[in-house]
Amino acid sequence: MNLFTNLESLSLYLPELMAVFLILAIFLSESLPNYRHLTFNISIIGLLLIAFTMFVVPSSNKLLFQGMIVNDSFSYYFKYLIILSTFSVILVSKKDNSVINEVKGEYYGMLVIIMLGMFTMVSAKNLLMIYLSIELVSIPSYIIAGISKNDKESNEASLKYVIYGSFASGIMLFGLSFLYGLTGSTDINFIANSLITNDNPLTLYISILFILVGFGYKISMVPFHYWTPDVYQGAPITVTAFLSVAPKIAGFAIMIRFFYTLFAGSSLDVNWPELIAIFSALTMTIGNILALKQVNIKRLLAYSSISHVGYMLLAFSIVGPQSISSIMFYLFFYLFMNLSAFYMAMYMSKAYNANNIDDWNGIASKAPILSFFMVLSLASLAGLPPTSGFVAKVYILRNIFIGEQFMWLAVVAIINTVISLYYYFSIVKAMYFMENPDLEAKKSDKFLFWSIIIFSSQNILFYFYWSQLWDYLDSLVSNMGII
Amino acid sequence: MDSWILSLLIFIPVIGSVAMLMASNSIGKENKNIYKIIALIATGLQLILAAILYINFDPSLGIEESPFTVQVDWISSFNIQYFIGVDGLSMPMVLLTALLSFLCIGISWNIKKAPLGYFALFLLLDAGMMGVFLSMDFFLFYVFWEVMLLPMYFLIGMWGGPQRHYAAIKFFLYTLFGSVFMLLGMLALYYYAPDGNTFNLIELIKQAPRIEASLWGYDMKFLIWISLFIGFAIKVPVFPFHTWLPLAHVEAPTAISVILAGVLLKMGTYGMLRISYPLLPGEVVNFSFILALLGVINILWGAINAIAQTDMKKMVAYSSVSHMGYVLLGMAAVVSTESAGAEAGLNGAVMQMFNHGTITAMLFMLVGVLYDQAHHRWIVYPDDYEKPELAGKLAFGGLASKVPVFNGFIVLAFFAGLGLPALSGFISEALCFIGGFSAFRVLTIIGTLGILLNAIYFLRAYQRVFLGPFNEDYKDLKDMSNRDLAIILPLAFLTLLFGVYPQPLMNIISNSLNKIIIIVQPYI
Repeated sequence: MNLFTNLESLSLYLPELMAVFLILAIFLSESLPNYRHLTFNISIIGLLLIAFTMFVVPSSNKLLFQGMIVNDSFSYYFKYLIILSTFSVILVSKKDNSVINEVKGEYYGMLVIIMLGMFTMVSAKNLLMIYLSIELVSIPSYIIAGISKNDKESNEASLKYVIYGSFASGIMLFGLSFLYGLTGSTDINFIANSLITNDNPLTLYISILFILVGFGYKISMVPFHYWTPDVYQGAPITVTAFLSVAPKIAGFAIMIRFFYTLFAGSSLDVNWPELIAIFSALTMTIGNILALKQVNIKRLLAYSSISHVGYMLLAFSIVGPQSISSIMFYLFFYLFMNLSAFYMAMYMSKAYNANNIDDWNGIASKAPILSFFMVLSLASLAGLPPTSGFVAKVYILRNIFIGEQFMWLAVVAIINTVISLYYYFSIVKAMYFMENPDLEAKKSDKFLFWSIIIFSSQNILFYFYWSQLWDYLDSLVSNMGII
Repeated sequence: MDSWILSLLIFIPVIGSVAMLMASNSIGKENKNIYKIIALIATGLQLILAAILYINFDPSLGIEESPFTVQVDWISSFNIQYFIGVDGLSMPMVLLTALLSFLCIGISWNIKKAPLGYFALFLLLDAGMMGVFLSMDFFLFYVFWEVMLLPMYFLIGMWGGPQRHYAAIKFFLYTLFGSVFMLLGMLALYYYAPDGNTFNLIELIKQAPRIEASLWGYDMKFLIWISLFIGFAIKVPVFPFHTWLPLAHVEAPTAISVILAGVLLKMGTYGMLRISYPLLPGEVVNFSFILALLGVINILWGAINAIAQTDMKKMVAYSSVSHMGYVLLGMAAVVSTESAGAEAGLNGAVMQMFNHGTITAMLFMLVGVLYDQAHHRWIVYPDDYEKPELAGKLAFGGLASKVPVFNGFIVLAFFAGLGLPALSGFISEALCFIGGFSAFRVLTIIGTLGILLNAIYFLRAYQRVFLGPFNEDYKDLKDMSNRDLAIILPLAFLTLLFGVYPQPLMNIISNSLNKIIIIVQPYI
């Protein structure tokens, strides 16, 4: 094992250091009235620089900071996804009025702090680091959920988020302390080795359940999802778009690393795959069924994102390299389809003050291009061929056949696909079939317009890189060394 | 040319719809005719290509030997191929699809609402249908199968009748429900194939029968058969999955009803013959009695429902349910111990698929012509009609003398529908019954009652609408226009031709069907 001392580690920790400097630069420029108008540009350029640094500083399997963190290619993949979503959300927030202009700087700063937290989350190798990074993501998330200071719903969302969040992370910390008590270490590799001789499966089981509460809360897994619809509805829509994608990416990364390091290869009594399978069935079914009755678009998309977590958990319940790569594959496409759907909702809420499905009536004749791409995103979310959502879903489902386990879960998943079609297409129905002669055509700002088009077109354009992406993920996972 | 023709058949409509989108940018809003002209050109080219394919088609060659087959890797990491080919089973379906698509552009000539969207979606639908009939790779087949759903949803939901929104989503949900089960069956075939994972349908013929696995105490092959059957049965539609059909057919615009009844229903039975039959012959044998039973229920239930209808289009829609029952009965006859019976059954089934396509297209088209002028299509006004003084009265009457040409064609179409000898429906229905009789005697005898029931509703509708005293409300009714004649003549010609001389159709299909029989027979 290659352990790096703190000083040596810094050279491989450059992207995160850059993020720290970026946060400082954002807050500095925000506090200087003469440079305040530059905050947006600083954030954008800073994020591009971070991405470039990640390109230059290679990933390695070496353990940094005496085993606290590893910047391997697995974490790099997730970091690219996280930085892409952060970048895109900042870009479309520029003209967004729901975030008051005086706090724009704080808003960008908080987003980058969350990003830094997620960077740490996807590479954490130590229980303390795991807890710290989750808190680093959570606390600024509470703040940006309530960043529309004068909006009561936003305040309510923030408060609900804090209460649920602190409760979940408290329970998780309790679970982590059990693990520490069982093994006497906070290093997950060390814990994995000591657990082989563990003779107290019940304690371990309880500990895993408690830890799952924390992870499940982050990715909004049923039954820890109750905050999701309320927070998504109340928070400003740019924040909602961000929260619906980035924390889930980071949450899945840390779940995969934690469970596979702890349990893969050992013959423990803890039957966590079955536990996850049950959670998966619950998550997708409850998410989809509750989505059916929603009239508020943000709530509907919130429940839809819960159901998508259920599909990814399906793959997670089958232990194997293919299931990790299929989750990574799914997250990639999920990022594009979900963000583009949220951006369309953002356009609608800005241009037409439309929050409910009924407000979307007849929009297809006023904004034909954007409506077309929205249909593409919705078809992809519903998993219809020939879109990327379908292919991603097929890769998720095939794990069941590779593992020859949980066949019932496949049946649950496909029936859920049919259910989800109904509510996704209730939006299409409003857009295309209903008519609203009072509607005026309104322009959107060009960042938003092109973001919707570029993100949504990936639902079809993925055919150009599908094979390459899959091969890349396949080799990435097989080189990861935790299977 | 040989290797390009099939790809062109699929992608010419796609090129056409892209051309429409490009044209919409360069021309003004006034010039809306350009879209239907592009659509006509695209489907016309497709029809010409299909004719060229038919002329050069050699029915004795299988998919592997045929010069038209194209097989290239598409997604190699998942072993998905772009594998398209044509054999005797798909050839008639390709011709039918090309012909009906071309004619349907003519039927839709007067579409006023959003012509760009209508014709672009129609062409995408056309491409999807063609793709389904030409795909020899299961994954590709599935993608095309689902590609059709989205255009169909919009075509029913935007251009349909009063209940179009409900009809569109019901169609969508039903079909998707079926096809997700098909997806599971497809993945199971891929992963349980004994000699390496493949979606290649020709390769799977060799591998699938050797699958040895079980799940929940059932044989894996049985479960695959069931999941594929759900997918195909909903499309056919087999009783009790048929309830989406009358609604969708009635609410859809005329051209889309023609496509639904003429082509989409055939995909269900085509899928069974292409995939379930050769891949899972053992299951076919075990399941054949249920298939025949469902076929007979379809024949009778569809016909009884058709008798009860007061809406002419709904009556035609239920007649489709009934006619697809003949196909199922004929297909079930593959287990007949006499090879002549099995041959008659399968040949009858495939011919019925083609003939029902032309006959039902005529029926829907004629009902559409009448509806365009009269703005309703009641045979008898229903009891809760908006004008109470008309409720329960005959809606038309004595039209025969007013519109003689129209009357002539409707007589032809009705009689073809009820299976009068010398018209194409008779030959194929008779073959289905001959096949059915050799395998399931009692069931087939009960099924033949369907012929009688079919005659009841067709003749009664004819009598009420076209005979009797003339209803003066319709004194301004005009006879068929030249465009209507141009659309209906090819269909009428085919109905007459295959009624007296079915040999050209038989020649195409019999070789491929014999292969299926050879695969299935050892399992009896």
